[in-house]
Amino acid sequence: MLLTGAEIVVQCLQRENVKYVFGYPGGAVLHIYDAFFQQDEIRHVLVRHEQAAVHAADGYARASGEVGVALVTSGPGATNAVTGIATAYCDSIPVVILSGQVPTAMIGQDAFQEVDTVGITRPCVKHNFLVKDVAELADTLKKAFHIARTGRPGPVLVDIPKDVSAAKYEFHYPETVSMRSYNPVVKGHQGQIRKAVKALREAERPILYAGGGVILANAADELTALARRLGAPVTTTLMALGAYPASDPQFLGMPGMHGTYEANLALHHADVVLSVGARFDDRVIGSPEHFASEPRTIIHIDIDPSSIGKRVKADLPIVGDVRHVLADFLRILDEEGVTAPSEALAPWWERIEQWRARRCLAYEQPAEGPIKPQYVIETLWKVTKGEAIVTSDVGQHQMWAAQYYRFDHPRRWLNSGGLGTMGVGLPYAMGARFARPDAPVVCVTGEASIQMCIQELSTCKQFRLPLKIVNLNNGYLGMVRQWQQLFHGGRYSESYMDSLPDFAALARAYGHVGIRVDHPSELEPALERAFTEHANELVFLDVLVDPRENVYPMIQGGKGLTEMILSADGL
Amino acid sequence: MRHLISVLIENESGALSRVAGLFSARGYNIESLTVAPTEDPSLSRMTIITTGSDDVIEQITKQLNKLIETVKVVDLSEAPHLERELMLLKVRATGKDREEMKRMADIFRARIVDVTDTTYVIELTGNQGKLDAFIQAIDPALILETVRSGVCGIGRGERVLRV
Ligand SMILES: Cc1ncc(C[n+]2csc(CCOP(=O)(O)OP(=O)(O)O)c2C)c(N)n1
Ligand SMILES: [Mg+2]
Repeated sequence: MLLTGAEIVVQCLQRENVKYVFGYPGGAVLHIYDAFFQQDEIRHVLVRHEQAAVHAADGYARASGEVGVALVTSGPGATNAVTGIATAYCDSIPVVILSGQVPTAMIGQDAFQEVDTVGITRPCVKHNFLVKDVAELADTLKKAFHIARTGRPGPVLVDIPKDVSAAKYEFHYPETVSMRSYNPVVKGHQGQIRKAVKALREAERPILYAGGGVILANAADELTALARRLGAPVTTTLMALGAYPASDPQFLGMPGMHGTYEANLALHHADVVLSVGARFDDRVIGSPEHFASEPRTIIHIDIDPSSIGKRVKADLPIVGDVRHVLADFLRILDEEGVTAPSEALAPWWERIEQWRARRCLAYEQPAEGPIKPQYVIETLWKVTKGEAIVTSDVGQHQMWAAQYYRFDHPRRWLNSGGLGTMGVGLPYAMGARFARPDAPVVCVTGEASIQMCIQELSTCKQFRLPLKIVNLNNGYLGMVRQWQQLFHGGRYSESYMDSLPDFAALARAYGHVGIRVDHPSELEPALERAFTEHANELVFLDVLVDPRENVYPMIQGGKGLTEMILSADGL
Repeated sequence: MRHLISVLIENESGALSRVAGLFSARGYNIESLTVAPTEDPSLSRMTIITTGSDDVIEQITKQLNKLIETVKVVDLSEAPHLERELMLLKVRATGKDREEMKRMADIFRARIVDVTDTTYVIELTGNQGKLDAFIQAIDPALILETVRSGVCGIGRGERVLRV
C-alpha cells in the first residue's frame, strides 16, 4: 500500500494501539494533522501549550503503564516540549514525542522555525531519531516505541521533516525489532539472587526500600508478597508510593528529605537493605558519606546497571527487571519452605515501633483556622476513600500530598520526582483521566505551580474532563519560603506571590466550577460537593491554607538520615 | 588513573555527539577520542583516553553501554594492549637544522613525507610517550605546526573486540 509519510505515522500509531495523541499543530506537521483528520481510531487532544502536551502524554503513561504520545511542530513547538521531555526522562517514563522539522533540503539553513531538535533534546531523551528518508519512517517508529517501553523506560523523540511526511512509500510495519546494540537484560543472575535471599533470611534488621522501578515494572504485587513473606518493614520513595499499601502496618512511609522518622531511621540502621528499582538519590539518603557510616549489606536490583554503584556501593548487585527478579526471590523462598515471617525480627520491630511512636506527622487543626494543609489532604483522602488518582505539582503541597494521602495501589500517585517540574499537576491529571476515565482524578497544587500550566483549564473544558483541583493556596512559593526561613535568615527574597488572581472566578471564566474555601468547617462539605453535585464537572477548590506552615520532618540538603528536624520546635 | 576505552558503536550520524555529550554532561575527562568506521562500514570504532577513579571509570563504561547505539565497550587498559598515535609535524628545515632534523627523524624512526627548500613534514607513529619525547628532543623554535591523531588501541593476542 503506497502511503504518505503522514499516513504512515498514523498507521504506525494505530498498530501500536495508541488511543490518544496529545499535541499542537503547526506548519511542519500539517501533513500529519491532515492524516489525523481523515481517520477516527486515534483521538487527538488539543492542548494549549506544547509543554502540557508532553506532560499529559507522560501522565497518561504513568497512570496506564502504556506509552504516551505527543505531537508538536518544529522550532517553538519542539522547544516548548523540552521541559516535558526532560521531566519524563528524569522519572523514566515511556513517551514517544513526534516533532515536525523543516524539509530536509532546508535543514541547516536557519529556515523559518528550524531548530536542531535532535541536538537540543539529546541529553534529555532515552534516544532520538531524525528521519531523513520516508523509507525509514515505519522502522524508526517501531524502534521508538520499543526503546521507550523496554529496559529502563524513557522518552524517545522522532523528528520528521515536512518533506518526509509528504513523500510516499510502500507501508509495511515490522512485527518485531532486532537491534544488535540494544538488548536490555530481563532475568537477574540466579547465583546473585540466591545469595540475596540468603542475606535477607539471615538479616536481623532488614528493610525493603522500593523506588519508581517497582511501579514501572508493575511489580507491586511481587514486592508486597515478598514483604509479607519476610515480615520486613517497607519504605517506598516518592516515586513508588502505592507500590506497597500505605495502610499496611509493615509500611513505614517514605524515606528522605521529607520522609518519616521511622523510615529514615530504619533505613539507616538496617543491616540488610534490599533496594528494588530505587537509586539512593540525594533527596533520599542525603549524603552518601553519612549513609556509609553504618555497616550494612546492600542488595541492589535495577534494570539499569548504571544506577547500581553510582551513589552507594552495592554488595549484591542484581541487574534485571525487578518483577522477574522479585518473582525469583519468591520462588526460591517457596523452594526453601519459607512461608511465614521469621520471629527473629521481633526486636527490630520493637525498635521501629518506638520510632513510629514519635508520630512525626502529627499536626493540629485549630477549629477556627487557619486551615492546615495536612488537614486538607487527610480530608481529601477521607472523601475519596483513598481511591483517587492524585497528581501534584512541586512544592510543599506535593510533600503534604505524599505524606498524608495514603496510597494503597500503584499508579495512583503522579508527580515529577526527578526534575521537580512545577506545572505538571494539571496536565498529568488530564493524561490520567484519559487513561482511567472511570477514576476520580485530583490535582493537588499550589497557587504558584498551577499558574505554570493554567491555560489547560481550556483543554479540560473542551474535553469535559471532570478533574478536581485542590489548590493549597498559601500565597507563597511555600517550599522556597521554607528554605529561606530555615537557611537564609528569614529573608523572603521573591517568594511571596503577590497579585494572585481570584482562582475560583478564573475557573468559572474557563467554564468550570470554582469554589473558595477559607474556613476549616467548609472544607469537607466543599470536597463532598465536588464529587457528588459536581461529579461531572471540573471543580477548582481554592483552599486558603496557613501561609506559615512548613513541611516536617526535614533533612537539610547534604545531611544524613539521622539528622532530621521534626518540627518547628526542633529548629 | 588513565584508561583506554574502546567502543564499537553503530556508524550513524549523531553517535559521536552522543558520546561527546555524555562526557561533557557528566563531567568526565576526555583526553583524546578517535573514531573511524571498521571493516564493517555499519560499525564505528572509538578509542577514548580518559582519567578517573575506579568508580568514575565504572560509571563511564556503564553510561557508554547505556547509549542505544553502543554495541560493545571494553576497557583495554585492563589487560595487555597496544596503543598508537600518529603525528605530523611541520618544521623549519634550513641550513644546518636541515641535517639535524633528518638525523632526529631517523633516530625516532620517523619519516619525512614532504620536503621543500625551507620545511619538512615529519610523520611519526608510536605511543603517546614516544611522540612527546620527539617534541621534547627537537628545538621548539623550529616547530611550525603539529597535528596528532589521538590514540587508537587494540588488545594483544587473542583478545578480540568484535560483534
Ligand atoms: C519550573 C520550576 N521553577 C522553579 C522551581 C523551584 N520551586 C520549587 S517549589 C517552588 C514553589 C512552589 O510554590 P507553590 O506552587 O505555591 O507550592 P507551595 O510550595 O507553596 O505548596 C519553586 C519556585 C521548580 N521546582 N520548578
Ligand atoms: Mg504556594
